[in-house]
Order: sequence, then structure tokens, then C-alpha cells
Amino acid sequence: MTAYLAKRLAIGLATLLVASLVVFSVLEILPGDPARIMLGLNASPEALEALRSQMGLDRPVVLRYLDWLAGMATGDFGRSYTYSSPVIELVAERVSVSLPLALMALALSTAIAIPVGIFAAARRGRLSDTIAMGIAQVGVAIPNFWFAMLLVYIFAVGLRLVPAGGFPGWGEDWGGVWQGFKALLLPAVALALPQAAILSRVTRSAMLEVMGEDYIRTARAKGLPRRAVLWRHALRNALIPVLTILGLQFAFLLAGTIIIENVFYLPGLGRLIFQAISQRDLIVVEGVVMLLVASIIVINLLVDICYAIADPRLRTGR
Amino acid sequence: MSLLEIENLSLRIGEAPILKDIDLSIAPGEVMGLVGESGSGKSMTALTMMKLLPHAARAQGRVTFDGINILAAPEAAMCRLRGDDIGMVFQEPMTALNPVKTIGEQVAEGIRWHTGVNRPDAEARARAMLERVGLPERQFPLTRYPHELSGGQRQRVVIAIACALKPKLLIADEPTTALDVVLQAQILDLLRDLVDENRMSLLLISHDLAVVADMADRTTIMRHGQVMEAGETARTLTEQVHPYTRRLAEASTHVPARAKPAAGDTSETLLKVEGVTRDYPIRRASLFAKRQSFRAVDDVSFSLARGQSMALVGRSGCGKSTLARMILALDRPTGGSIHFDGETLEDKSEDQLRPSRRHMQVVFQDPYGSFNPRHKVERLVAEPLHLLDEKPDAKRRRELVAEALEQVGLSASDMEKYPHEFSGGQRQRISIARAVITKPKLIVADEPVSALDVSIRAQILDLFADLNRRLGVAYLFITHDLTVARAITDRVMVMHEGRIVEAGDTHAVFDRPKTEAAKALVDAAPDLDRALRMRMERVSGG
Repeated sequence: MTAYLAKRLAIGLATLLVASLVVFSVLEILPGDPARIMLGLNASPEALEALRSQMGLDRPVVLRYLDWLAGMATGDFGRSYTYSSPVIELVAERVSVSLPLALMALALSTAIAIPVGIFAAARRGRLSDTIAMGIAQVGVAIPNFWFAMLLVYIFAVGLRLVPAGGFPGWGEDWGGVWQGFKALLLPAVALALPQAAILSRVTRSAMLEVMGEDYIRTARAKGLPRRAVLWRHALRNALIPVLTILGLQFAFLLAGTIIIENVFYLPGLGRLIFQAISQRDLIVVEGVVMLLVASIIVINLLVDICYAIADPRLRTGR
Repeated sequence: MSLLEIENLSLRIGEAPILKDIDLSIAPGEVMGLVGESGSGKSMTALTMMKLLPHAARAQGRVTFDGINILAAPEAAMCRLRGDDIGMVFQEPMTALNPVKTIGEQVAEGIRWHTGVNRPDAEARARAMLERVGLPERQFPLTRYPHELSGGQRQRVVIAIACALKPKLLIADEPTTALDVVLQAQILDLLRDLVDENRMSLLLISHDLAVVADMADRTTIMRHGQVMEAGETARTLTEQVHPYTRRLAEASTHVPARAKPAAGDTSETLLKVEGVTRDYPIRRASLFAKRQSFRAVDDVSFSLARGQSMALVGRSGCGKSTLARMILALDRPTGGSIHFDGETLEDKSEDQLRPSRRHMQVVFQDPYGSFNPRHKVERLVAEPLHLLDEKPDAKRRRELVAEALEQVGLSASDMEKYPHEFSGGQRQRISIARAVITKPKLIVADEPVSALDVSIRAQILDLFADLNRRLGVAYLFITHDLTVARAITDRVMVMHEGRIVEAGDTHAVFDRPKTEAAKALVDAAPDLDRALRMRMERVSGG
């Protein structure tokens, strides 16, 4: 198990290093001079030159790369050109919205999808299975922004249970936390639905595949009722594909939620990246991308650990 | 008073009739053998007793176990019976255990479920049971996972699960078919002992008459979902009143008519293997551990003459298949040399090997898995033709395919069909046609008949003998089935832990084995005549 984890960790760190190189070089090759963007098209060449040397843009590429790496290692991701504040602060502010949102959506989709998938698999071919999978099919097909608008219309505009958009911050006390939670509730539901639809289909097919295995028959021959076989023998074996999809979905939820953030006017990571790219705020783009790469590597590591917990055959370090 | 009584059992799955009017009874403490070829309904009969049938199955008739009407029993009552009064052992030990649970959990689970004892007590009983089936605590703690055990060991765990609560009836569905002969003998001995100790009844399902003759007091023979004949094993299998019984018995001891190898023919060497060794690296325990290797084939030398038929026998994992792969130049030896038809193989590039490949072909065990199901027979059989120096045109290709199909007893019109349109035996004929189409000098056959029913097996063995006579092709038969080796080969090599430990004339080696490894194989090999003789002696003696 330790060997397995050490290997996964080493692979993760290597990936991070390669990613940093790619991110840095791509942004280096892209056209667009940050100094010119900051000063505007009419800036004098002297002022441009002064700003470039102040930002260190005139130094050799290799040195800048190493500086950048060293900075990130100590938590210094540089300063944003456009916001004039440290990238790490910008990101921290956005993460305080995006991470809870992603976790809420993930928890919701898992809580819906896994029971539904198991239920449908246990009643394969019956009416309840057909209905559950029909709903899942619709859930996959509906665009999430449309579903989000529907939610706003019903719960915010109609019933006035939650705010229609915006994010008040997490506040100072439990009341503030509750306000923040309420603001994230609809976006989380909107994000969770399509994820749950996909996840329930994956769960169902993984369960069905496992239910056809010989060891399920062995368990039945022991005298275990169908339900006990399902929970004790089938579920853990069906978890591997489910965990894979969960890991991918979490990664997506962290940064791929820009449409939902726009629908609900949420100051999340997705919008930060979008704005930074459109304003050529390279330092912010670099910093956020590196943080995302790192968090996806951490998620994958967690998924790998879950694999090893679920399946003892993976613990021998293959 | 029988423990199990089946009367007029009929079974349909959807529209397809599976069983017709089955009658079968098992007395307490009796061993009943259930014999039949694949698709005869043996397994479905067993699953009916457990009421573990597929969803679409509908059963009619009466199945009474220990006074309980099984077909009418509610699911809850069946759950109480299964694993407690009826235990079941399955064919495929590699997949019969849950890979994510320890063997201790899997054995203890049934004990806890049925008796309601607490975890430590159930574990203590599981430990005792595993000990009893030959998996002592010291080497096989309860915390082992199935993937850490071999096939034979896993089958012992499955037996421990089935017998943990001393069931009144144990059903064993082809329990040894996936194991080599030595393991088969061990597992059968274990089953016999457990049945005797606990006064269990045993329903032993097998396609192998010799195994049943060895084990069963009474035998039921099934075909096409019907019972052909049932009675005392010794009487049924010696008198062979029913014509089907006679056919089965004849087929399972069938020896094809073979021409004696002509002396002049065998003098010329076709294949010469000298000092061949193959090492595989073992995964290192840690990054800094010394790299170790496992020697799968260890200093093997032999030669095979033109037109000769040679068997390579040994237990599973002894290196037979690795050796065959090197002869076929699919794998390179770590050391030593292989000469085929005057050329060395071990130092050639893939391009240089092409002329040699044409003259050596292979037939595999599984006639289902070795074809692409989306290709027609014409394309499948024509596959090796790319090895020829001159590529035949479309017309010539069809002629060659037609010729090859006729060689193996199929017709030229079969080339338009897809593999699923053929039975298992016919598919094996197609793979032999694919092997002979390039007119090879050597065919390596890896367990070519072990997936086939006895009657089909007899026909395929005849075909091999016939091709040997007509085309003069030499064979290397890799098998763990000594009956097959005896039937079709002149010489035999016994392989054990990577080495050839004994070689010689097939009959001489099998009649008077000299080494331990060869003796173990010969003693373990099921033999119908020997089993019946011993059964008769036991009956008349006691």
C-alpha cells in the first residue's frame, strides 16, 4: 500500500512539473504583450520599456520560469495586472465560492445517483428501472443553464425561497453562513442534476455487470438474500468505474462551471479565468491553471486511494 | 427414503425447452454422478435444486428436498436452505470468489448468516473449515484475498464455503474441469473425504466418465435435456445398455487408427531445440531490491522428426506453453537455440522469420475465442496466406480455402458463413483448416480438444491422425490429458518446473513412468477402465 501511494505521489509531482512547463511555454508563445495591454495602445515606448523591466519581462525566459516556480512553491503566484492584487488572494476569494459549490453539487449528485443506480440495477427491466433511466436520459440531455433558469423561475422568482443570484459572502456568524449556503443551493442543484444522471447510469451498468459475475452466484449459493448480495458483494466491486466518473466530475465542477456562475452571478473560479484570459492577465491565468492542475492531481490521488481501498488487488503496487 | 427426489421436471427458458421430464433421486449419503455433454442440461438441473435459475426460466414438475417442495418454496425459505442444507461448488475457481473480500470473510459470512453466531465464533469455525480443506492458518490466514491464491487453493476455499455448515447435499458442478490432473485428483479426494466424514450426499456433475466412475455410487446420463439412463455406476458403465451410454464410453477412450511411423520418415530432423532457457523478471519488492527472475523454461533440449507426433505433458504452470511460444517464434529464448527446418529461429528478425512461419502453424484450445466473429470463414481460413512468397489472387485464394476446408471434413460452401453458425467441433475444424492452408510441416496444438465434448473430441483426434497420415505434418501436442497424448502421439516429453524430466515412447513412459513428476501425472489421470475395475472389486469385495 505505501509503495502504491508513493508511486502515485511521485507520478503526481512529475505531472505537476510537466504541466508547469507546458502552461508557461504556451503563455509565452501566445501573442499579446501584457505591458502593452496594461498601458493601452497609445503608451510611449519608454513607458512600455519601464513597465516591462519592472515586471521582469525583459529577463531571460529560463530565469523567469525558475522564478515563477520558486514563487509558487512559496505561495507567491505574483500580482494580477488588472486587479493589482496578489493572485493568491484573488484565487482564495473565488475558491471560497467554487469549492463549496463543487462539494455541494458532488454530494448531491452522489446522494441521488448511487441509490438510483443500485435501485435500477436491482429491478432491471421492470417499470421502475425504465422510469428511473428515462429520467436520467432526460437529465443528461437537458442543458444545465436551461435547468438553472427553470430553477430560478420556480424557487427564486415564484416561491421566493432563495435568492435568484449573486453571492453575499460567508458572513461573520452562522446566519451569514446560512445566507451563503442559500445562495449556492440552486446553482448546486443545477450542476448536480446532469452529473447525477450520468453517474446513475454508470452505477447501474457497473452493478449489472457485476451481478452477472460468478462470485455473485457463489454468494447466493451461500444463502444470502438478493438484497444482501447486492450491498455486500456487488456494490464494492462496482465502485471502480463509479469512482473514476466521480473524480472526473469533481475536477469539472471546480472550474468548468462558468455557465452556471454566469446564470447566478457568482464570483467563482470559472469567471475569474474567463476574465483573466480576455484581459490577457497572464499571471492570473498561469496561477489559476497551475492551481487547477494541482487540485486535479490531488483529486486523482484521492481517487487512486479510494481504488486501493475498494479493490485489494490494486494495493500490490501495479 | 431419498433426500432429493426430482419427478417429471421440465424447464423452459423463454420459449426454449431446456429440460424434459427429468427424474432423479439421491439417497442420504449417496454420491450421484450426473454425466452429459455440454448443453445437456446438467447445470440447469443443479440450479433448479438451488432455485438459482435465470429470470426467464419456468420449471414444472416436482422437486422435493428433505420433505420440502422446492419449486413452491418462497425465496426466504430457499435462502435458509442454500448454504446450510444444500451447498454448491462451481466449475471456475478463478472467478467464483469475490475479489474484494478476504477468504475468511467469505467463509465466515455463510456461517454467520445461517447460525447467527458472533464474528469471532464464525471466524473460528471458518478457520477450522479452511484447515480441514487443506489451507492451514499458518500459510493461509483468514486475511488472504483470493488473488493471492492459486486456482486449486481457491477451489478449496469454495469447497470450504459450501461445506462449512455440513450440508445434507453438496452439489459439485464440474468442480475440477478447470484444474490440471494432479489438482483434480486432490480435489476429488477432498470431496470424497468430506462427504464420508459428514455423511453428506453428493451430486457430482461432470462430462468425464472416468471421474464419475471413480467417484459415484450411481450415475445418471443426460442428453438434450433428457435422462438417457440411470443406475448403479459400475453396472451402467460396464453393461452400457443404452446406446448413448455406449457411444459416450467409446468416445472417451477413443484411439484413432494411426499408421505406424515409417522408419525412413523419422530419421530426418524437423525441429531441434538445444539448451533453451527462458527467464522472466519478477517485479521488484522495492526500488532498491535486487532484480530477480523466474526461470519458466530451464535448459530444454529435444528434437522432432518430420511427420512425427510428439506430446508435451505437464501440470499447469510447468512451462509447456512458454516453450511452445518459443518454438513458434512468438517469444525469444533467454538462452539456447532452436532450429526449424534447417533455419535458426532465435536470432531472426520478424521479416526473416516469415518463410519459417509458413511452415509452422498453431491450433489453440478455445475454438470460440480464436476467431473474429465479424469475419467470414473464407477470410479466417485464408489469414495465414500472407506468409506465402507469392500472394495468391482472389480466385486462387478461394481454391486454397476450399481445399483446406475439405481437408478437415467441411465443405467448400462453408466459406461464406460466419463462425457463430458452427458448433464447437466444427469451429475447431475451421481452426485446423486455417493451420493446414499453408501446408505446414509442423502444427503446434495447445490443448486442442480439452474444450470439446468427448464425442466431438474423438472426431477431432481422428482428423489429426488423418492429416498426419495424408499430409505428413508433424505435431507437438501440448496437453495435460494423458488419454489424448496416448491416443495421438508416438513420443512424449514430461515437463516439470521448466525442465523436461522424462521423455520417450508414449506408451512406455505412461506404462512405466520413472520420475516422480511423471508418476504423479499418470496416477492422477482419470482412467475409465481402471476406475470401473476398482469399483467392481469394491462391490464384490464388500
